[in-house]
Amino acid sequence: MQQNLINIAYLLASVLFILGIKGLTSPRTAVRGNLLGAMGMLVAVVATLLDQHIVRFELILTGIVVGSLIGAVLAIRTPLTSMPELVAMFNGFGGGASALVAATAVLTPEMIGDVPPIQLYTASVASAIIGAATLTGSLVAWAKLQGVLSMQPRGGFLQTLNFVCIAASIGLGVYYCYDPTALWAFWGLTAAAALYGVLFTVPVGGADMPVVIAILNSLSGLAAAATGFVFGNNVLIISGSLVGASGFILTQVMCRAMNRSLWDVLSGDMGQVAVGGPTDDEVYKGRVKSASAEEAAMILETARSVTIVPGYGMAVAQAQHAVRDLANKLKAKGVKIRYGIHPVAGRMPGHMNVLLAEADIPYDELLDMDQINPTFAQTDVVIVLGANDVVNPAARDETSSPIYGMPILDVDKAQTVMVIKRSLSPGFAGIPNRLFAADNSLMLYGDGEKVVRELIAAFDQ
Amino acid sequence: MESFIISVTIFVLAVFIGFEIITKIPPTLHTPLMSGSNAISGISVVGALVAAGADQGALAGYLGLGAVILATINVVGGFLVTNRMLSMFKRKS
Repeated sequence: MQQNLINIAYLLASVLFILGIKGLTSPRTAVRGNLLGAMGMLVAVVATLLDQHIVRFELILTGIVVGSLIGAVLAIRTPLTSMPELVAMFNGFGGGASALVAATAVLTPEMIGDVPPIQLYTASVASAIIGAATLTGSLVAWAKLQGVLSMQPRGGFLQTLNFVCIAASIGLGVYYCYDPTALWAFWGLTAAAALYGVLFTVPVGGADMPVVIAILNSLSGLAAAATGFVFGNNVLIISGSLVGASGFILTQVMCRAMNRSLWDVLSGDMGQVAVGGPTDDEVYKGRVKSASAEEAAMILETARSVTIVPGYGMAVAQAQHAVRDLANKLKAKGVKIRYGIHPVAGRMPGHMNVLLAEADIPYDELLDMDQINPTFAQTDVVIVLGANDVVNPAARDETSSPIYGMPILDVDKAQTVMVIKRSLSPGFAGIPNRLFAADNSLMLYGDGEKVVRELIAAFDQ
Repeated sequence: MESFIISVTIFVLAVFIGFEIITKIPPTLHTPLMSGSNAISGISVVGALVAAGADQGALAGYLGLGAVILATINVVGGFLVTNRMLSMFKRKS
């Protein structure tokens, strides 16, 4: 009877999770959706505490208090520009928790109800492999985003090592399922998976981060679903697979936006090195025009429509508030303002949108690639702020370019393009950008925030 | 075996629901989607609670405690930060 009540509570929690994610389909219902999800979690936790296998509460209470405190402090104190780091870390913790639960399950299978042993051990192996790889992969991603770790080894040996790790963890997993007393095999497969997590993320550079974070997000969900099979627990299976599907879709969106196949990413073939192609001098020499803030402001004076294209540089310069002030000045003069956001702008999916929302920029002015691209030909001025490869026309026009085929924002079709940038240094792809040398382009050199403030000042005069 | 098939059925159906809903989420909400769905993946806290509370010896207890801490950080931090981000999204006034 009690077990039935618990299961009904789990069903309720699953429904709340589904409704919660459904709420995220529109910014108007999103806050409520998130609350529904949190309520679902509360229901699931309370129901679990009624479980007859739970007999001691000291460790549980300690864990919940410590975890809640750390989680709350991180969630409230972390600046919004560091959201990619925070989400990477949380992904890792979710994966780590699943791996630890799997380890406890194989050490003390008595705590689990009537789950067939073969299911228990197979699922524990899956949970440990996915969870451990998610944990270490996320920690490396976090370190990279923080700038603590910058090395970027590449090469065939790394891919070989990746395959060795995957083969080792799966091989040991099969062996362990045949002989569940061989705990060494379980620790071995966990270690191999943890090593794979590191090897898979270490070669990843900054601009590839959105793909990686999406994959880790998906994996953290799959690890939870595997844990669900360990316990034969449906709420874990349902919510884990929802998250797995969500991360998978985001991964696909990101891969498409970078013109990369999922296989390239998973096999460790991250980031291409530019070989051949035009040099900086061939593209830029004698063609690049720069302008002062005053000259740029004069052009903006006469504009009817202005589109702002932000990239990771805006996040680094913390320029979103300055951008809002400039946009408000222009709006007051009757200029139509739009924002064009490339799917992989920034370091995680939707990164730019969150920063602009922080600066009180209404979300209906933020347009994605398919919406904004047809508008550029009728746009007077585009301001590119800290974006580079995603506005490089070579991806569209030059079949020999390493980024050829990647969908871009066609900013070069606008009347005038102003590029705010510190220098002509290349973006992540390491290739020169013909946009900077185009006849309708003007370079405004300097720190993003500072240049936008100078534009505002010049505009006021 | 029968229970395993039921679990797999639930898994597959849930994946389909996930695909159906999530393809409708606009790109502007992709970051909150990640942090919010990530908080939901902290559901492994359910397994962690059993692991920490089942009283099966010190090693299992401490592994369980570690799992509860990590999962709770994930859950509490994830929902809070998602709420913080979402409350900033505003329409044109």
